[in-house]
This record gives sequence, structure tokens and C-alpha cells, in this order.
Amino acid sequence: MNHIISIEDLVFEYEREEKLEPIKALDHVSIKIDKGSFTAIIGSNGSGKSTLAKNINALLLPSSGVVYVKGFDTKDETKLWEIRQTAGMVFQNPDNQLVSSIVEDDVAFGPENLGIEPTEIRRRVDASLYAVNMYEERRKAPHLLSGGQKQRIAIAGVIAMKPECIILDEPTAMLDPQGRQEVMEIIEKLHNEGITVLLITHFMEEAARAERVIIMDEGHVAFDGTPAEVFANAKKIKALGLDVPFTVEIADRLRSRGIDIPKDIISMEEMVDYIACRFK
Amino acid sequence: MIRDITLGQYYPGDSWFHRLDARVKIIWTFIYIVSLFLIRDFWGYVIVLVTLALIIGISRVPLNFILKGLKPIFLIIIFTFVINMFMTKGTPLIEIGFLTITKEGLRNAFFMGTRLVLLIIGSSILTLITKPIQLTDGIEKLLSPLQKFGLPSHELAMMMTIALRFIPTLLEETDKIMKAQMARGADFESGNIMRRAKSLIPLLVPLFISAFRIAQDLAMAMEARCYRGGSHRTRMNGMRLRKRDGVAALLIILYLTLIIVQAQGILSLLMMSVIQLIQAA
Amino acid sequence: MQIQVKNLYHIYSEGMPYESVSLEDVSFEIEKGEFVGVIGHTGSGKSTLIQHLNGLLKPKSGQILIDGIDITSGEVKMSDIRRRIGLVFQYPEYQLFEETVHKDVAFGPMNLGLSQEEIDIRVKKAIELVGLNYDEIGQRSPFELSGGQKRRIAIAGVIAMEPEILILDEPIAGLDPKSHADILEMIKVIHSVNNTTIIIVSHNMGDIARLTNKILVLDSGKLVMVGTPAEVFSQADYIESLGLGLPPSAHLMNELRKRGVPVSRDILNIDEAEEELYRLLKQIEGKIDA
Repeated sequence: MNHIISIEDLVFEYEREEKLEPIKALDHVSIKIDKGSFTAIIGSNGSGKSTLAKNINALLLPSSGVVYVKGFDTKDETKLWEIRQTAGMVFQNPDNQLVSSIVEDDVAFGPENLGIEPTEIRRRVDASLYAVNMYEERRKAPHLLSGGQKQRIAIAGVIAMKPECIILDEPTAMLDPQGRQEVMEIIEKLHNEGITVLLITHFMEEAARAERVIIMDEGHVAFDGTPAEVFANAKKIKALGLDVPFTVEIADRLRSRGIDIPKDIISMEEMVDYIACRFK
Repeated sequence: MIRDITLGQYYPGDSWFHRLDARVKIIWTFIYIVSLFLIRDFWGYVIVLVTLALIIGISRVPLNFILKGLKPIFLIIIFTFVINMFMTKGTPLIEIGFLTITKEGLRNAFFMGTRLVLLIIGSSILTLITKPIQLTDGIEKLLSPLQKFGLPSHELAMMMTIALRFIPTLLEETDKIMKAQMARGADFESGNIMRRAKSLIPLLVPLFISAFRIAQDLAMAMEARCYRGGSHRTRMNGMRLRKRDGVAALLIILYLTLIIVQAQGILSLLMMSVIQLIQAA
Repeated sequence: MQIQVKNLYHIYSEGMPYESVSLEDVSFEIEKGEFVGVIGHTGSGKSTLIQHLNGLLKPKSGQILIDGIDITSGEVKMSDIRRRIGLVFQYPEYQLFEETVHKDVAFGPMNLGLSQEEIDIRVKKAIELVGLNYDEIGQRSPFELSGGQKRRIAIAGVIAMEPEILILDEPIAGLDPKSHADILEMIKVIHSVNNTTIIIVSHNMGDIARLTNKILVLDSGKLVMVGTPAEVFSQADYIESLGLGLPPSAHLMNELRKRGVPVSRDILNIDEAEEELYRLLKQIEGKIDA
């Protein structure tokens, strides 16, 4: 079984006050995520992308349909902790997800909840802090760190639980460009180490760095494919209130004027390489 | 204003006292506070002052840092002093109108005032030389036997941990909202009490909303990290008693013995005879 | 000259062990109706600077003249300054507090001591100016609105004070692409309607290049560069050395130049980039064909 996450015909409705109709946030969504893959999910606010993430981590349970994580049904309460340990989650606001006033104690929080041996926790905490380049700051108080550093601590807190998959719900939305870059580098590193990454974002440049892009719109999947395949639909994507990466946009414009630029050029580096090679 | 309060603050250091197990320090503080009420006379205060001086000296917390902690309760100290001075019956010393200051009153006022000051200094030393997180861990451990009787010791400690973590965040938030409302012409400083109280609404409403949002986010993040209360949980830094904690325990027993001895009046007799001997020599 | 800042110094936590200079000898001028961008990485002093401009912070030394009046002197009434200079903080939607949108937007004008009639007119005008329908949302609770709408209402709360200068700190932070574009469009409208001077702090260099006519570049509390977007971003290597990004078009051109491809330095937006690349690639095709 190669699918670490398998979402089958998922419907999720937010209950409202008695007389009001519930809001359908997810409308018959089916997605399978390969083990070890890097998938970006984009969509405007209210498209259901965050709701989807919370359904995978069993923070929310389907109104109908099923979500399997590593083969476990998220509705199975006896498997709840295994599901949350398998699919760790990082949230948007770096301040509101750190529990302890000391960095290393915060990273230890997850493993402590799992009831792991103290010496093993120590090992994991140190390794996780090294993995996000925050070992030097291990004794500091979170409120003295930058947004990007806090978010890296949050990631370390998840890695210390040794998850197979990390779901990041707009982890860079509140960061400055430098913090965003730091976090993206860590995410790519984790992916290279074999962890399945699910990145929810509304920065198209970040999505372009993934292997697969899923665009959500009003509770269902609008596009699903490699970045090149998905971003080829620039007009339709813009109609959904989203953007395409800068490189895709400019390549598209040049193509429409008769210049033949390969379809798989998505990132700026690829574009620079392509033009520089042709120039020589 | 908020920054002035040293009560509850931690003063970073690496002294022998800093490194003691938090549980030992909490028990010590408890015994210290009880001892203040056992003191009978001048010699008792000498024991307490010498002990405090030793602790402060060895832990290297600046004295003025500790004394600053007394500022917020200065009024209470004065109040205690005055009440005791006038309200104790005994041999009159001075009479001002219907108020009488008695000899006993002056003595009582002095002792009660000193006791209060020593109480505050002693308990602020605990927080000054103990990391907040160790303090909460220590309280959790010490209270855990009471879990059998239904005391949620883990939950209490977790609440304290989270409070410590979010105090700076909320202070920052307060500052931000305050400035934003000031930019919209809000005035938090002038007017009478009613007006001032009303002017706080634009600050308090957004602050409460923020606090709730933080609580909601945090609860979700904790759940996602498999938090399910105190059972099942292990700790990375398990508390272990070391040799120095044993030494500290002996010192505490010594202190307690001295206090009890003086409370029985034996110490003052002893000291008096020592002084007489010296004078005779 | 509408704004003149002369030799501004600010020291953070003066007298405390961790005091640090957060603004050092900053001087610049802004004329009425200009659209100014302030850039610099986090901690470079951008927020400190803009908080000085509306009197929320006091400088250690130096002067800030608004239409010739020094607002750092003790004699100026703060309410007069805030009437003229509006400041919208980051994530302004977190300061909403009233029961209805109308009341919330009215908070600023009310503090100015205007008549009820005047307040109502201004509230309505401000809400329409930020692109929302007053009749539809005026009596609704601001807390039931969407994120983008909340932010507009918060901005309307400042606009209703009818400032001559509007300062916005990261107005698009955390928004999705659609709301991002909408808010920028709204700011452009505010700029053009009353010839309001706009000062905008942003990390998004594309936005800054597209919108502003003057950029202030801050680095460790010092004003290191002032100029038009073209002047500032043509110094691509210098800007990058400050840890700042470039607008995507300028970035692409700069990377190409580093690889030895001769492209223009003056490219700021996607249209210009398209033309330049079209020219270049046609030229290459021509060579290959020949």
C-alpha cells in the first residue's frame, strides 16, 4: 500500500445555529497521497483547504466519506493517537502553537504525550532541533525569537514525534520573506529525507516547489497534477481568485507571441537556466 | 508599570541555590513562611535575617532587585504598621486626640511590618532563583499525592505553564492594540475614573477576542500533538534529587530546629548568658 | 513640503541593559500626494519610524515637521496630529471592538469630537471608499465578516478620520491573492480620490515597485537609500546585500545578468520583462536560424 493518506468521497459540513443550514466546507473530495511525496494544496480563503488538513489529522471528522491515514480510519477512536502521530501538523500562527516558555521543553511536548522514555525524548529533541537549525536557541524563550524561528520550533516539535507525514497549514502566511525562505528550506529538506509533505499555502511560488499541486475551490478539487500541468491553466486559475507563479505567467505571455518555451519551466531558476543556455 | 513587578520574576544564574531541586526550594519556602509566625523575639529575627543574607549572597541576586519587589505592596506594609500601632492595648506612650500609641503597639507594629517584609522577600527569592517551568514541575510533583483525593495537579501545573508562556505574548498584544486605538484618537489617560474605565473598552474587547483565539489555536495545536491529559505522559527532564538537595534538606532541618528552640525561649536565655559571660570576662 | 524628517534618532529601552539604537540620523522629505514605500528587513526600524510619524513614539532627538509644524515639540496637541496622519497597523482587523460596523468606523471620528451628523456622513463615505456596501453591512457585527472585509472595515475606521497622510504597515499581510489584489486596488483609490499622501510598509517588492513613486530603504535603523523604484531596484546587488528581495521581474533580469546575459537594468514590471525577453529570445532565434 503506497498511499499514506487516502481520502474517499469526503464531505464536511460546519454546523451552525439551529435554523441555519450547515455550511458545506468540503464537497465530495477524493485524494490519494503517495508515501514520500510533496504535495501543495492551494485555494483562496474559504476554499476548504484548512478544513481538509484538519480532517486528515482527525481534528475534524468527516460528515460523510472516509479518511484513511496509514490505513487507519480517522473515525476509529482507538487509533486516534497513532493517526496524529503519523500525520503531524503545523499551523499558521507561530505564536499560538508553542506550549512551553523554553524552546527545548516545547519540542519535548509531543514525545512526552506519547509516553516515550526520557532519554529517548532527549535524543529526539536534540536531533529535531538540529534538523531545523535551532539547536543553539534551545534554552531561549519563544517570544524572543523571530516568526520564522518560532515556526521552525513548531516543525521540530512535530518531527520529534517521528511522523511519516507532515501537514503544514499556511506555515508561512505570517512570516517575512526571510522567515518564509527558512521554513521552505526545512520543508524541502524533510521531504528529501523521505517524509511525506502536505503544504497548504497561498503563495504560488511555494506551491511551484512541490511535486504535485492540488487547487481547491469551494470545497472541491479544481485542479490536480504536476505544477506544470496545473499551472498551464493560468486563465482558469486566475478566475478562481488565485495567481500563477511569475515564471509561468511570463512564459505564457511569450508563448502566446510565438516563442517556444518548454512547458515544464515553472521556477525562476529553470527559466534563468533555459535562457542562459540558449544565449550561449 | 508592569515591568516594575519583580514578584514572580526569574533572575538567571547558576548558583548552588539556583541548581537545587525546585521541590526542595518550595518546601523550604513553606517552612520559612511558617517560621516567621513562630518568632518570639529579637533573636528569632536575627536567625531569619542571617539565613536570608546567606541565601541572597550565595545566589548573587542583587539586593535592590529584591527590594524593588516590595514597591507594589508598600502601601499594605504601611497599613499593617499603622493598624498595629494604634489598635494594640497596653501602656500608653503618646496620645494624639482619640488615638493612642502604646508601647506594645509599637512593638507589634514593628514585628508585624518586619514579618510582612520578610514574607515577601522570602517568597520572591523562591521565584527569583527557580525557573518558572521548574517551579510548575515542582508544584505538580509535590501535589501529585493529592491526586488520589481528586486534586487535578497535572492540569493545574499545565495551566501555570501555559500562563507563563503566554504572558509576554498578551503583553505585546496589549501594547499593539493600545497603540492602534491611540492612532484612532483613543485617550487612555485623562478623565475621571468612570471615563477611564469606559475608555478601556476598545482595548479590552479586542484583547479578550485575542485571548480566546489564542486559546482555541493552542487547544487545537496541543491536540494535534497528542495531548490527552496527565496520564500516559512522561517527562524529558524527570526531577531527580541529588546530593546537594540532601545537604539543603539538612540545612532546612537545622534552621527549623533553631527557630523552634528560640520559640521556646531557650535561645534568648542562652544568648543572654553568653553575653553576660563575655561582659564578665 | 508636507513631511520633513530631520536627523531623527530613537533609542529602544533607553537606560535598560538591553537598550539599542533603533533609528539613527534619519532624514527625508515627502511631498503632498506622494505614494511612498518603506522597505527593510524585520527589525530595520520601519515600524519605529512610522510610529514616530504620528506621534506614538517620541524621538531621542531630531525633528518631524508636518506642514512646517514640529510634532515632536511638547506644544502640539496629539489629537491634531492624529487627525491629519492616519496610521493603519499590521493585522488591523484585530482592533475591531464595536457591536456594529457603523459604530466601529465611527470610533475615530467620534474621538475627534465631530458632530453626529458629520460622523454619519464620514462613516458612510469611508465604508464606500473601501469598496463595501454601507446599507448591506453598516448595521452588522464586524465579527461576522470575512477576513478581507474585516481588514477593509478596520482601514475605513482610519480613513473616516479623513487624514491628509495615510500610513499603512503591511496592509496585505496574511491575505490570499484575491484579497491582496483588492486591498491594493482600494489603496490606489484612496490615494487618487483625495490626493492623500500614502506611506506603505511592505515586504512585497512587486507591490512596492508597481505602486510607489518613492522608496525609503532602511537597514539597522539607518536610511540607506531614497529614490524612485527604478533608481532603487537598479541597484539590485546592493538591495540583495541588505537581505531584501527584488520585484520578480527585476529578480529574473538580475539572475540573467549574473549568468552573462545582457539585459536591461531598468525593468520593474512584468510587461517590461516580457518585452525584454521577447527581444532577447527573438534575437537568439534569429542567430540560430542564420
